[in-house]
Amino acid sequence: MRHVLSVLVENEPGVLSRVAGLFSGRGFNIDTLNVGPTLEKGVSLMTISTHGDEQIIEQIIKQLRKLITVIKVVDLSGTKAVEREMVLIKVHATDSSRAEILRIVDIFRCKVVDVSIDELTMEVTGDQGKIVAIVNMLQRFGIKEFARTGTVAMKRSMQF
Amino acid sequence: MELTGAQILLESLKQEGVQHIFGFPGGAVIDIYDELPKSSIQHFLVRHEQGAVHAADGYARSTGKVGVCLVTSGPGATNTVTGIATAYMDSIPVVIFTGQVPTALIGNDAFQEVDIVGITRPCTKHNYLIKDVKELAHSIKEAFYIAASGRPGPVLVDLPKDVMQARTEFEYPKTISMRSYNPNYTPNRKQVKKAASLLSKAERPLIYSGGGVISSEAGEIMTRLARRFSLPVTSTMMGLGAFPGNDPLWLGMLGMHGTYAANMAVNNSDVLLSVGARFDDRVTGKVNTFAPRARIIHIDIDPTSIRKNVNVHIPIVSDCLNALTALEEEMGEITGVQWEDKHSSWVKTVKGWNQEHPLQYETGPSGKVKPQYVLEKLYELTKGEAIITTEVGQNQMWAAQFYKYHRPRTWISSGGLGTMGYGFPAAIGAQVANPGKLVIDIAGDGSIQMNIQEMATAVCYNLPVKIIILNNSYLGMVRQWQELFYNKNYCATCLDTAPDFVKLAEAYGAEGYLVEKSEDVVPVLNKVIASPKTCIVDIKVEPEENVYPMVPAGASLTEMLLV
Repeated sequence: MRHVLSVLVENEPGVLSRVAGLFSGRGFNIDTLNVGPTLEKGVSLMTISTHGDEQIIEQIIKQLRKLITVIKVVDLSGTKAVEREMVLIKVHATDSSRAEILRIVDIFRCKVVDVSIDELTMEVTGDQGKIVAIVNMLQRFGIKEFARTGTVAMKRSMQF
Repeated sequence: MELTGAQILLESLKQEGVQHIFGFPGGAVIDIYDELPKSSIQHFLVRHEQGAVHAADGYARSTGKVGVCLVTSGPGATNTVTGIATAYMDSIPVVIFTGQVPTALIGNDAFQEVDIVGITRPCTKHNYLIKDVKELAHSIKEAFYIAASGRPGPVLVDLPKDVMQARTEFEYPKTISMRSYNPNYTPNRKQVKKAASLLSKAERPLIYSGGGVISSEAGEIMTRLARRFSLPVTSTMMGLGAFPGNDPLWLGMLGMHGTYAANMAVNNSDVLLSVGARFDDRVTGKVNTFAPRARIIHIDIDPTSIRKNVNVHIPIVSDCLNALTALEEEMGEITGVQWEDKHSSWVKTVKGWNQEHPLQYETGPSGKVKPQYVLEKLYELTKGEAIITTEVGQNQMWAAQFYKYHRPRTWISSGGLGTMGYGFPAAIGAQVANPGKLVIDIAGDGSIQMNIQEMATAVCYNLPVKIIILNNSYLGMVRQWQELFYNKNYCATCLDTAPDFVKLAEAYGAEGYLVEKSEDVVPVLNKVIASPKTCIVDIKVEPEENVYPMVPAGASLTEMLLV
């Protein structure tokens, strides 16, 4: 099962390597990994999406907590959480296909961020399902470049 | 007053109560060595950096204190890796200081530069690269704190040369608090109550103890608990010595080369109390048939150990000493259970297994010395009071089986990593820490050659370590596997060109003895035990003797090959 882990870490050199090394060394999977600073100086937040059976996920969480530079680990999968990922997609766009592509952009509520004679670059934000859906829609036009951030996630205020 | 980095390092070590360090100098650490003679710390010059870490590790295992070593950058640092991994697998508190090229050169492939922090990240509990002399004292304090607390382990501190030369005000932190590291020492009382209640209902209880009992100094309380509530005890190899090997409730080690009684007891027990052990594959055999009838209580300070390999019913994350103390209290409050009567038939059954298949060996017609006999005699002659270190392989298993350990920290052996070449330098460390005690390395003719250069260290510092080589001219354990599972294809396990160990001992200025007949074993051992010098005893043993019982890799514990 897929799990999204919020991992608060000390922002020190090598901390990413410690986390990544833990996953590779123990044969765990990282599907996506996102790292960025938090509002607190010296603390970074990693969002890791991973998969495995219950026992594997339990081990991943415990092993992460065991790292000296890890401050806190929260498994968001057991909670109501907002989950988002941003993707930049550069699509081949001809005079005949541009209108169709813009319609898709509209339907998916994404944003065109760059345009040229034969290309359109758009910014897509959403959960994993939405990303997969738009990629499916755009593939036939020819996706030239594709860059995604990996999941970021947050617990919802109201848990019900 | 301002001190240099080198001075701060040595002052910090003093503050940590360090008296002895093991090391080997080099360009990147000359500044430290330049200060060393002015310090009260005694330095032991090893002949290879691997030896330094093993010695620090043996020092730590035999005392419970943090072992310390100091080596240079590059090859000096990489040579420590096997020693660090050994300590990591067995949760031994060691702090390793490595030299590093000056900060300005880091990343430039400078002479003797290596990213040792990167290399050792997966085999240290934590590690540091000190980039600013102002961080030095604080990081050293943290390193010692992390190494010794929680589940102990090795911590490496990488020291660039310019940081050792830079100056700053020295103030050693009195305490340390880290928001990201707070080991839990106290058990959840509810869980302990549950465990006590489960044990009170058990018909066939068994204690399965491990190295955690040694490191948390819980041997005494575990022994009391076992005797008071009449619980038979087995342990992992790492746990030997926590429970007296001559106690009637002692079943011997369990696992691949465990006793018949211990493995049968695990298989038949209905409540297994695991204390400070981690259900390693050498212990469990085929993991889904391990303790099939038992409800399992698992006490461990490291949450990752719990439910890593087997599912447990009552996990207790705690220091073993605190958990067992609480458990004894809770069990003491349970009334109406006549523990001894209740468990008497189980204890009888277990003892029966022991009588059925005790640890034994055949005294064959060849007249060659049996390695097991050597260990039996050594136990008798030393009354179980020696500190025994071992190399790895058959020698290690016979030493685990046929010498009985009465007290914690008298058995010192590389368990998790299985490092050949460990025993001798570890014996040096143990001897430094225990000057008056008899320290004996049980070795094989293969593994002793992996760190034989430390003879110079032992002789140089008048360390009267005794090396007993059970010499079968084979890499015996691999040969045993080849015999049993690979059609006797003895590929690369025959060591017929070995040095003359007697001459080798003498060449180093030590004493050497050769034993070829059983009747010479006792007189020579007596002579060696009485000798104030470093000694090698080369005992030519039955070449194709095997270690039994043996559970083939991947088989269930009950599928033992017996003598």
